[in-house]
Amino acid sequence: MSNLSLLVVVFLTGISLVAAAIAMAKLLAPRTFNPQKGEPYECGIPTRGGSWMQFRVGYYLFAILFLMFDVETVFLFPWAVLVRDLGASALVSVSFFFGVLVLGLAYAWKKGALEWK
Amino acid sequence: MFDFSAITIWIDQLLRSVMAPWAVVLVEGVIIGVVLLLLYALIALALIYAERKICAFFQCRYGPNRVGPLGLLQPIADMLKMLIKEIISVDKSDKFLYGLAPFLVILSSMLTFGCMPFGNGLLTLDFNIGVFFIMAVSSIGVLGILLAGWSSNNKFTLIGAMRSGAQMISYELSIGLSILSVVVYAGTMQTSQIIAAQENAWFIFTGHIPMWIAFIIYLIAGTAETNRGPFDLPEAESELTAGYHTEYSGMHFGFYYLAEYLNMFIVSGIASLLFLGGWMPLHIPGWEAFNNVMNYIPSVIWFFGKTAIIMFIIMWFKWTFPRLRIDQLIKFEWKYLLPIGLFNLLLVTIMVVMGWHF
Repeated sequence: MSNLSLLVVVFLTGISLVAAAIAMAKLLAPRTFNPQKGEPYECGIPTRGGSWMQFRVGYYLFAILFLMFDVETVFLFPWAVLVRDLGASALVSVSFFFGVLVLGLAYAWKKGALEWK
Repeated sequence: MFDFSAITIWIDQLLRSVMAPWAVVLVEGVIIGVVLLLLYALIALALIYAERKICAFFQCRYGPNRVGPLGLLQPIADMLKMLIKEIISVDKSDKFLYGLAPFLVILSSMLTFGCMPFGNGLLTLDFNIGVFFIMAVSSIGVLGILLAGWSSNNKFTLIGAMRSGAQMISYELSIGLSILSVVVYAGTMQTSQIIAAQENAWFIFTGHIPMWIAFIIYLIAGTAETNRGPFDLPEAESELTAGYHTEYSGMHFGFYYLAEYLNMFIVSGIASLLFLGGWMPLHIPGWEAFNNVMNYIPSVIWFFGKTAIIMFIIMWFKWTFPRLRIDQLIKFEWKYLLPIGLFNLLLVTIMVVMGWHF
């Protein structure tokens, strides 16, 4: 079988595992109705205010930083496959890229973006 | 080494001789799917039992010992119990996203599970971008966790999901960098070729100290990626009840439970694939007799043995180190692991370019 059809097979296996288990649980599990069951679980006390609200901006900051570094590591993958053949020239040319990457990290560090406040 | 592809090719030819080509693809797809499902469920059950027994061993308890001999049937009883529990969804939750989240979590672990090299010739997904594909699909799991936390409309789940998201994306960088250093060293991304490159000796032995650093960084980051051990603050039970899956009940919760254990297996499997040679036996160049003896041990046992040892180490982490705080966690990744990983990648590259390896 080709790789693509294998990928489809594994994908469908994952989907069908969840679907089959949920269907089985729906069949087997008892169902009772009680208005209190629908309340969010918060220590038995009714929730105050909404839960879809603003959260710390710190998480957003790390998401942005992650995006920067992850995209740059993606760029490094094609280089990584070929570095053995290309030899020293690949090392020299990528060291500039690396320099920019480290500079970005150093900048974020200096600005205090890596602190959890 | 016995090559399992002999069996698969035999089955393929047998089917081809009696069926039309499209039917062969269909039947093979069903066979592969069923085998993967069974393996997935069996590994999860075995891991749940092992985790409980090892935890008990660390805490001087007996652990499960009532259901079946030595408590061996305990995980099966747990699974049955989960199946017959009602699936409750909260009134104010976003029903569509709430239902979608378990699919994403299981899908990401199943797609990575398909890339595991279980033995010589027992490799389902073998792309030429192998480890890159593994990285890509394993990050879908973060989406599932974030969706679960957000859609439940509960403050505990929201905080748990946000912490988990921040933790998983941060530590993914370190995983990426240590995978990258292996790719630089092996010169290929294909899983089967990475294993073939370790035929004479595993990377951890030929790669000198940089490979050891990459291995240790991978282990730490992998533990964080599975939300386990000292990094389990997304589901810190003393402050967040159960973190992002607080509102999930019955089998819905079971999926997160399943995926957590399977992710531990997958992280250990990738570690053994990248650094300890996957299913490749321990070979020492020049020791012909020793190598021949090692070849007699089946490749499946090698893979599962290495994976089990790494899984034991990850479980050991959990019962040894106290839980980190979120600021310590972020600081540890961004100020220690990431710079060390970047520097290590440079070291590996210099080593490869200069030819300073065996």
